[in-house]
Amino acid sequence: MTQIQEMTLDEIRHLVSENAIQGETVVLNMGPQHPSTHGVLRLIVELDGEVIVNVIPDIGFLHTGVEKNMEAKTYQKAEVMTDRLDYLNTMGNNLAYVMAIEKLIDLDVPPRAQAIRVILTELQRIASHLVWIGTSALDLAAMSVFLYAFREREMILDIFEMCSGQRMMTTYFRPGGLWRDVPVEFEDAVRNFVRIFPRRVDEYEALLTKNPLFLDRTVGIGKLTREQALQYGVTGPTLRASGVAWDLRKVSPYMGYEQYDFNIPTHTAGDVYARYLVRVQEMRESLKIVQQALAKLPYGPVRSNNRKYVPPPRSEIGVSMEALIHHFKLWTEGFTPPKGAVYSAVESPRGELGVYLESDGSPKPYRVHWRTPSFDNLQVLPILAKGHLIADLVAIIGSIDIVLGDIDR
Amino acid sequence: MDYALLIEWTLKSLILLLVLLGGFAYLTLYERKALARIQVRIGPNRAGPWGILQPVADGIKLIFKEEFTPASADKLLFFLAPLITVVPALVIAAVVPWGPPVEIFGRRVTLQVADLNVGVLYVMAIASISVYGIVLAGWASNNKYAMLGGMRSSAQMISYELALGLAFVTAILLADSMQLSEIVAAQRNVWFVVLQPVGAAIFLIATLAEVNRAPFDMPEAEQELTAGYHTEYSGMKFALFFMAEYDKMIVVSALAASLFFGGYWGPGVERFPWLGPVYMAIKVIILLFGMIWVRATLPRIRYDRLMSLGWKVLFPLALAVAFITALGILLEQLWLVPLLSLLAAFLTSLLVTRAIWRKVYA
Repeated sequence: MTQIQEMTLDEIRHLVSENAIQGETVVLNMGPQHPSTHGVLRLIVELDGEVIVNVIPDIGFLHTGVEKNMEAKTYQKAEVMTDRLDYLNTMGNNLAYVMAIEKLIDLDVPPRAQAIRVILTELQRIASHLVWIGTSALDLAAMSVFLYAFREREMILDIFEMCSGQRMMTTYFRPGGLWRDVPVEFEDAVRNFVRIFPRRVDEYEALLTKNPLFLDRTVGIGKLTREQALQYGVTGPTLRASGVAWDLRKVSPYMGYEQYDFNIPTHTAGDVYARYLVRVQEMRESLKIVQQALAKLPYGPVRSNNRKYVPPPRSEIGVSMEALIHHFKLWTEGFTPPKGAVYSAVESPRGELGVYLESDGSPKPYRVHWRTPSFDNLQVLPILAKGHLIADLVAIIGSIDIVLGDIDR
Repeated sequence: MDYALLIEWTLKSLILLLVLLGGFAYLTLYERKALARIQVRIGPNRAGPWGILQPVADGIKLIFKEEFTPASADKLLFFLAPLITVVPALVIAAVVPWGPPVEIFGRRVTLQVADLNVGVLYVMAIASISVYGIVLAGWASNNKYAMLGGMRSSAQMISYELALGLAFVTAILLADSMQLSEIVAAQRNVWFVVLQPVGAAIFLIATLAEVNRAPFDMPEAEQELTAGYHTEYSGMKFALFFMAEYDKMIVVSALAASLFFGGYWGPGVERFPWLGPVYMAIKVIILLFGMIWVRATLPRIRYDRLMSLGWKVLFPLALAVAFITALGILLEQLWLVPLLSLLAAFLTSLLVTRAIWRKVYA
């Protein structure tokens, strides 16, 4: 018979209170294979009955070494790794990364590419929030919402597949523009989604927003005050639900977000319900942006003309010697940006997603660091969960909307 | 000794047992299909036409799975717990009348295994036993999640038995009998759900808690306690817990039908008594659909709120409703009963809604 290796209390002695050592409270290991820790998060929960005394998040079960791996690849090839960080926000990750490169080498992006980037990242935000509304309703055992939300997410993923050939790992935005222009069906598909989606959000809201059982499970649970949120560097909907109207799309607009008319939903309660309301309203706001961007989608090229950094169109390669040389150089050696370091950030569905990129003048980045919102937001989990019941813990984890790929990069 | 009577009992028990076991298997399929339809899915459709062989496939899979017993579990209790849970679920069904008495080979046969004169008390007593199985399963597994599930189950039981008992009382008062066949017979002209709608509603809510169904599925809340009390169970032992839950669903639906929805009565039963079981089956299927629908729609209520709902809302309301029923019967003014009960229920729901909204706007 194989020996069972039990975790001794000594190994976690520094993490739990004196009561647990004496056997007054129970130390419960939740995850990494627990059904509602949203991936492979492990929580060491100290329980007094069912009341939570303390929660210690234990991360690292999904560590993929993305940051380090990116240093071993050329700038273009490193981009595919960004998809794997926050797998619910692939377009947003691509956007943050290409924006950093564009900032580093001062590359201009044509307006059509900018508008398409906005449409796709906003659709991605909706898709991410759909996964969130589905899974966090499922955590409260409202199981049908999950499948309704995934039905609409499928429509968005179909649009992504139409553009990039991939449902999730898109790598569609490239330094200086897009991989290629969107197909002709794109506009109709997006328009169809914009037409259908508001009714579907009403459907989710009908099941949740005023449901007494849902209110009972979410109102007043996991309160995060404005001060605590700011102290811990919480961003995104979690911060806005605590009463801070901070959204990078408004605060420091990028990709022409300043031309679109949209609101930043905020709430002051800071509880699970407020975070729910903020995200649901954000879906409607994102839809407004998509609608506006689609209405004034300009025509023109989708890639910068700077051939030192952006590959030439396929049609030129057969007829132009320079184009062939550029293409060959770009895909074998890669481009060499000037020395320097940049930080660029976008508003991901979870908060501020930033990339710090350091270049030593070689075709490979010297250092890539990701400032990921889930990592910072997870820090407040012990504050939110203390004193609540174990049933609330799953509601709280759902409400801060973490993605483990985003935490362990 | 009347041997024919012995044979009659044996046959009736056997048939009932087979119906319950088959019903359990197909209830799982029914639930999965109904849930799938509600959730814009298709549901099982691979095993046989419309997936009708799915329960068979599930059964075969569970039989051949390894029966795993944790090294540090209490072996005896771990083995006994599923039995303690499943046997009461099957035994309760004995007192449910499935149809009016019929003539078979010149014998007058009641479509009921045992027509106890305290049938309702019997149901209450037996139904409470199965919670021991759940608590013992949680305890014997030596697993923290299972333990929490077991403890929740006992707390839930205490909170709901009283409201359930008082809901029974309203039906007993209206029928003037504790014998289930009499209670059904008394509903020949008017169903008790008409006379006592609130009692029926309390009964349905409390039975959801009794059989651990959503939104009261605390003991196995999979999102919180992985699988609750049966976390460590596998193979047929797990299947027994599953069977207990689904058989109890069938039985409490049959009980609800008998107590409040006119049992086997329906148009034409007097002339063709064999229509009785058909009407009963239809009523049970409709009530089961209600349970499945609730599961698909509602979030789970929190464990402490469940207790306050049981003690602070359902219990006083059930008490008031039982009092109103008794008052109506005493004054011989039966029309007062539904009127006053609905008023009481309305006031209660108003208070509950106000409490929740006060919390929202706090």
